[in-house]
Amino acid sequence: MLKVEKLQKSFDGFMAVADANLEVSKGEVVAVIGPNGAGKTTLFHLITGQVSPDSGHIFFKGQDIAGLAPYQICRKGICRSYQVVNIFKRMTVFENVQVALMSFLKMTLNVMTPARKLLIKETLDILESVGLAEKSNQISGSLSHGDQKVLEIAIALGNRPELLILDEPTAGMSPEETAMALGLMNRLSGKLGLTILFCEHDMELVFSIAERIMVMQLGKTLIQSTPDLVKSCRQVQEAYLGGGYLTDA
Amino acid sequence: MPDQKIDVQKIFWVMGIGLLFLLLPRFLPRFYVYLTALILLTGLLATSLNLVLGFGGMYQFHHAVFYGVGAYSLALMLTKSGLPVWTGFIAAPLISAIVGYIIGLICVRLSKLYFGMLQISLGSLVWAIVFRWYSFTGGDDGIHGIPLPKILSVSHGAYYFTLIITAISLYLMFRIVHSPFGRTFQAIRDNPERCEAIGIHVRRHQLAGEVIAGFFAGIAGTLFVTVEASVFPDLMFWTLSLEILIMCLLGGWFTFFGPMLGAAIMVILRTFVGIYTEYWTLILGIVLMLLIFFMPDGVLGMIQKAGGRGDGVKGNHRL
Repeated sequence: MLKVEKLQKSFDGFMAVADANLEVSKGEVVAVIGPNGAGKTTLFHLITGQVSPDSGHIFFKGQDIAGLAPYQICRKGICRSYQVVNIFKRMTVFENVQVALMSFLKMTLNVMTPARKLLIKETLDILESVGLAEKSNQISGSLSHGDQKVLEIAIALGNRPELLILDEPTAGMSPEETAMALGLMNRLSGKLGLTILFCEHDMELVFSIAERIMVMQLGKTLIQSTPDLVKSCRQVQEAYLGGGYLTDA
Repeated sequence: MPDQKIDVQKIFWVMGIGLLFLLLPRFLPRFYVYLTALILLTGLLATSLNLVLGFGGMYQFHHAVFYGVGAYSLALMLTKSGLPVWTGFIAAPLISAIVGYIIGLICVRLSKLYFGMLQISLGSLVWAIVFRWYSFTGGDDGIHGIPLPKILSVSHGAYYFTLIITAISLYLMFRIVHSPFGRTFQAIRDNPERCEAIGIHVRRHQLAGEVIAGFFAGIAGTLFVTVEASVFPDLMFWTLSLEILIMCLLGGWFTFFGPMLGAAIMVILRTFVGIYTEYWTLILGIVLMLLIFFMPDGVLGMIQKAGGRGDGVKGNHRL
């Protein structure tokens, strides 16, 4: 479904992504791991168009989407959440998701229908599926950090994505919230059959949910394989996991 | 779930205020009726600015251009063309909207302050043309004694026309603010980057906002011609843009009716303080300073907060 080939991006001479290669098949859950500064977030920015690549290809369903604008990529079916909470803080939880749905249904240039009457059921369905339905009338900026991260995902679901990209979905979450987020990701990939690509520092979470793992270091892809093979890969252990860690896990 | 109830109290308020304005000429001297018309059309202008400023988060620094273009378009059509009178009233806002489109097309490529700076320079260009082109626009003299349709020049015709058109325009803008477009626009104000990521073509929406705001500013311009029967280049000078910007801030730029209130305060201040001193801007400066320190949300914003309507989060439009 998604294929990244020899992707490169440098900022003012700093090679953020030097040679990234990645493959995600339909229905799969793929994790990207790597130390801080390995280029994971930049890779996601490249895929979703926030940053355009210097060279390389990004194929989505056989089509090269490298360099397209973010809104175009979103309309092709790739949606994302952000590492740092990135929501519409002055709007209610309901409105946050509703706007995404309006965008998906191309209603955003409609100037005459009252918005409060639109897409109520669809919006509540999404909020229900992530467990935020009771908080739908709250101003999103007043939610707890964990809820805001979940709302991130809910907004991304508004565009009915085929590929959902989550940038550190549990960053800054408490252990309970992390467990809930893990449950949510399981539901999204199981029940809704979403393809999920995510990066994460919580190794326990990564190895419990990812079907394949891609390891990045200094902007390069070291390996992409199944969790077991990644665990046993010496290169990975030396580069990132400091040896030993995974054999204990 | 959003509030689905029809607010009866609100309807009574709107009807009461409407009735008050309708009966105003019966018990107010002519000058005050004129002043009210001026407040209404200035309020309309400020509200149209707030559409992009408060709801769209765009730094619309030279909004008066669209007002001036509307006024001049009507004035020129009435004095220089043989077209039926009412076509001018329809064409003028459309011309403003077109100018909004052209200026917007260039400006939305930039963001925030740069957007505003570019707009000031493009707007000043339009002003300079009008100011200098004596043979066509009358230059710095402007155009005076514009022949208006009879219905507008008799008794309180201009006032009622202004009142009706302002009410309709406000209603339409209110609908727009609460439409999917309006909601998207507010989302863009809060977080343009995220909007792009959920498939919204931010620039296109900003451009659409610019056209809509230009259109309504153009309507305000035609109303000015109706009330004053004259136009002059000051209508599109940048100081006027600043004034209406202050009206939005003063009334509360995160509320829908705030700019209307701000316009009322400013017009009244200018008129009455202006009688005693020509340094009325001095008073304005003091008002502004007090505003920034004590009422950052504007008058209406503060009233709403005090009344418990505000949710404690700035900019959650409820009125």
